Amino acid sequence: MPVEIDIEHVAKLARLDLSDDESARLRTQLAQILEHAARVGEVAAADVPPTASPIPRANVYREDVPEPSLPADEALRNAPERDGDRFRVPRIAETGA
Amino acid sequence: MSAELCDLTGAELSAKLAAGETSASDVLASSQRRIDAVEDRVGAFLTRTDQLASERAEELDAYLSTGAPQSPVAGIPVALKDVLTTNGVRTTCGSKILETYVPPYDATAWARLAGAGAVLVGKTNCDEFAMGSSNENSAYGPVRNPWDTDRVPGGSSGGSAAAVAAGEAVWALGTDTGGSVRQPASLCGVVGLKPTYGRISRYGLIAFASSLDTVGTFSRTVRDSASMLQILAGHDPRDATSLDVPVPAYTDGIDGGVAGLRVGVVTEAFGEGVDPGVVASVRAAIDQLEGLGASIGEVELPHAAYALSAYYLIAPSECSSNLARYDGVRYGLRAPGEHADSIEMMFATRGQGFGPEVKRRIMLGTYALSAGYYEAYYGQAQKVRTLVIRNYEAAFERFDILVSPTSPTTAFRIGEKADDPMAMYLNDIFTIPANLGGVPAISIPSGLDDAGLPVGIQLTAPALDEPTLFRAAHALESALSLDLRPPLLQGAG
Amino acid sequence: MAYEAVIGLECHVELSTATKMFCACANVFGAPPNTQTCPVCLGHPGTLPVPNREAIARIIKIGLALNSEIAPHSLFHRKNYFYPDMPKNYQISQYDLPICIGGHLDIEFGDGSTARVGITRVHMEEDTGKSTHGGGSGRIHDATYATLDFNRAGVPLVECVSEPDMRSPEEAAAYLRELRATLESLDVSDVKMEEGSLRCDANISLRATGAEAFGTKVEIKNMNSVRSLERALVYEIERQTKALDAGATIVQETRHWDEDAGSTASMRSKEEAFDYRYFPEPDIPAMEPDAAWIDDIRASLPELPRARRDRYVETLGLKPDVARVLVGDRGSSALFDAAVSLGADAGPAANWITQDVAALRNAGGSEGELTAQHVADVVMLIASGTVSNAGAKQALEASFASGEPVEAAVDRLGLRQVSDTGALGALADEVLAENPDVVQKFRDGKEGVIGFLVGQLMQKAAGAANPKVAQELLRERLQG
Ligand SMILES: [Mg+2]
Ligand SMILES: [Zn+2]
Repeated sequence: MPVEIDIEHVAKLARLDLSDDESARLRTQLAQILEHAARVGEVAAADVPPTASPIPRANVYREDVPEPSLPADEALRNAPERDGDRFRVPRIAETGA
Repeated sequence: MSAELCDLTGAELSAKLAAGETSASDVLASSQRRIDAVEDRVGAFLTRTDQLASERAEELDAYLSTGAPQSPVAGIPVALKDVLTTNGVRTTCGSKILETYVPPYDATAWARLAGAGAVLVGKTNCDEFAMGSSNENSAYGPVRNPWDTDRVPGGSSGGSAAAVAAGEAVWALGTDTGGSVRQPASLCGVVGLKPTYGRISRYGLIAFASSLDTVGTFSRTVRDSASMLQILAGHDPRDATSLDVPVPAYTDGIDGGVAGLRVGVVTEAFGEGVDPGVVASVRAAIDQLEGLGASIGEVELPHAAYALSAYYLIAPSECSSNLARYDGVRYGLRAPGEHADSIEMMFATRGQGFGPEVKRRIMLGTYALSAGYYEAYYGQAQKVRTLVIRNYEAAFERFDILVSPTSPTTAFRIGEKADDPMAMYLNDIFTIPANLGGVPAISIPSGLDDAGLPVGIQLTAPALDEPTLFRAAHALESALSLDLRPPLLQGAG
Repeated sequence: MAYEAVIGLECHVELSTATKMFCACANVFGAPPNTQTCPVCLGHPGTLPVPNREAIARIIKIGLALNSEIAPHSLFHRKNYFYPDMPKNYQISQYDLPICIGGHLDIEFGDGSTARVGITRVHMEEDTGKSTHGGGSGRIHDATYATLDFNRAGVPLVECVSEPDMRSPEEAAAYLRELRATLESLDVSDVKMEEGSLRCDANISLRATGAEAFGTKVEIKNMNSVRSLERALVYEIERQTKALDAGATIVQETRHWDEDAGSTASMRSKEEAFDYRYFPEPDIPAMEPDAAWIDDIRASLPELPRARRDRYVETLGLKPDVARVLVGDRGSSALFDAAVSLGADAGPAANWITQDVAALRNAGGSEGELTAQHVADVVMLIASGTVSNAGAKQALEASFASGEPVEAAVDRLGLRQVSDTGALGALADEVLAENPDVVQKFRDGKEGVIGFLVGQLMQKAAGAANPKVAQELLRERLQG
């Protein structure tokens, strides 16, 4: 069963600018890959529990003891744009979650 | 090109260094000469660290001359896949989006090797963010296979595999998410180890798919692989998924042989779509094992067929989230020009910074996790993972080691599969189950096919049973006694 | 038409742990920008989160205080959305397996009546960095750029979600106050709304009084005090009432409370897709706290505000409204408990603390040099007749400023009451001799005039006489 994908919507969620060409190609390719991938539904019965990690662990914590942070200059060393000791970005129009 | 120090194994070099027959600087110089000689044809490196390496080698020589005890790693020239962070040394992930990125910290795996005296010769090319099986997905061009420079080295750790095969480095680190160490090792005729998930810290391994990513090793012998793991393995308080269990002495029992070892041959890995040359070589290697006293039987991993499907849901889903941080705010590329607001800046940066395969996987994963699809895709894939783990549990009740080809084919031509993602994904069909199951697996050369290209055999062991894996692989390697020297190096012989 | 408001609150509490949630950066407020960051909390490639044990212990403590069930198995999930001040562009949070499930908080109103508000869940997550809007007027709508400080990124954040059990702004305010007092008593957070260590969003819908079904809910954000929560809810009820009366439909949306304007405004600025694509955080193992750990934490729980209020009323006999005021302020109730244990009578101690001490603190803007011993001394010196109420007040003021013992202040200021019957008797004789007409009135049966005579005696003693003793001496002589 071919999968219909709203490429524009998915690209928006993923924050990816795609050319028309890229979108068209991805529409076909993703449908093809998903058709294959959807086979997972054939074998995974309801009584099979999901596994998130191959070697599960539990209760791994860190003690609440501070270590030195990076100096601000080091923190900002890779910044594409900075403003004093802050990172600078174009205006934020969205409101977050 | 004559054999040089850089063509020796780590164990041989270590012995020479200990005996004072050579120096770390000489070993490094040999490795650097080789890089100078072949790099224009191989293209294994994205960044060379000549200056740092020379300083490091001199320091080591000063230390070694005191007669102080040394680690088997000291003075060995090592290459690192460019998805492992190096403090102060550019780390790109083969991506434009990190072209200028200089990490402020070392990956734990590298820190451990460095602490034991390894010398970094450079950072190796790879498929962008480790996504690929041919190294053609690098933003910085392909790597060429030293066995035939018209062919791919495999991927995603193609640069590391090629560097070790060509003697540009004696050892290398790669990362293996679905076969990215074992498959290129197979295609380049070297030894590639993917240990148990959690055995080596992932801190500083730039994440592709967190629940599958594993640091792995490249070397020319199984013994070297064990020596490397000895240094790399162990709990890291910076990686909550790293295992907090004792590290055995990996080289201790390595000569124990395989008499009585129960070896299960994965039947479905010899069927349709597998090169006859691969089948022949791997079958011959299995015969050798039998000759050494192993008992051979057949085993099925019935859900392995679904593992590829599960992998192509789990890996992209995790990747879509892991790669969200590349947004032009704190590091890496920011799309040039004026942006109306930060949303548009992010869209442009990510659109320009990522290559086609990375975009494809981000899109795939974003879709698979999105509202209404999670259960059918990600949820189901995690159940398949449970089934794959159960398959292994059942198989390891009957067998100590499983064997199969590492890859269905030998090295293919550059460009041959570039336009067909599904065909490319099939490269990893035999390697992916071990990532889903978290079990250790190693690829060692089983010989050459009729075209003179290397074939690899994959051995798989239960979780944390690397000692048995090394023992079996070392026995087979010794019995096969291959002399693998790529034509590239024989030319000027 | 008459409507009933249905209100639920989502509160975010920054824990005051020494370090951040997933890295070892110090968790401090107000440091210079980007000085409390590391590769982990800056979301650098290759870094991994390792959860802070103390933060987990604190959320379990909060859960126990809120009567939640502590989940035997709980997971972190990734909440995926892009925002410039969120380093990884996903927040490590919790989804369908939070650490604390269910629970309730009992609240009390001004008139002493109580209500129980259900808790849906309490979960652990991480805070974001802080953006500052620049250019234009410096506000979001006409800013031309933004700057980012990641010191706050990764600070442990506890989200506490209530059931939609509240029916009025007063009730919501009482819940928030009770929650704040509870958290304060647990010593897990600074709970300062003005610094953002306690933040509160409200969900509110209206329905026709008596109706079962909920109306369309609106989320309101950006209230930074209990009072602004109350104001925002009052405003929103009015706005929705008007809209519904006019036949309009309520839009499900998020609205921003503007403290200065006293109104809420829609926050939608751009058509945006929100789909958080939650999935289990693969970098962090499950949390499965064992019974021994939970028991240890339970044993460390302090007396909670509600129990403290009950004790004040039932055991110490305070009036409910006095008890509520005392318990509403951690410093006051601590002072009270200490003063009582030093021997002060509870009733007077409570009155002194909630009135005079509170007034001194407000005026001084500080705790001054005051200790529980001072409060206890004030109460006991009055009870023993050593100082008058008025004198005690003066002495307290002096001690508040200097820290000197109350009795020393009484002496230094000459406030000690004369209770010596010999000295006062002489003065009483004088007063009676000087006021024969008043004495006659008393003897004629107008006993009320004794007040005047006491006043005369006090004047002669320059205020230092114990009025009780003075009256007794006068009465003895008049009746004798
Ligand atoms: Mg939240
Ligand atoms: Zn940090």
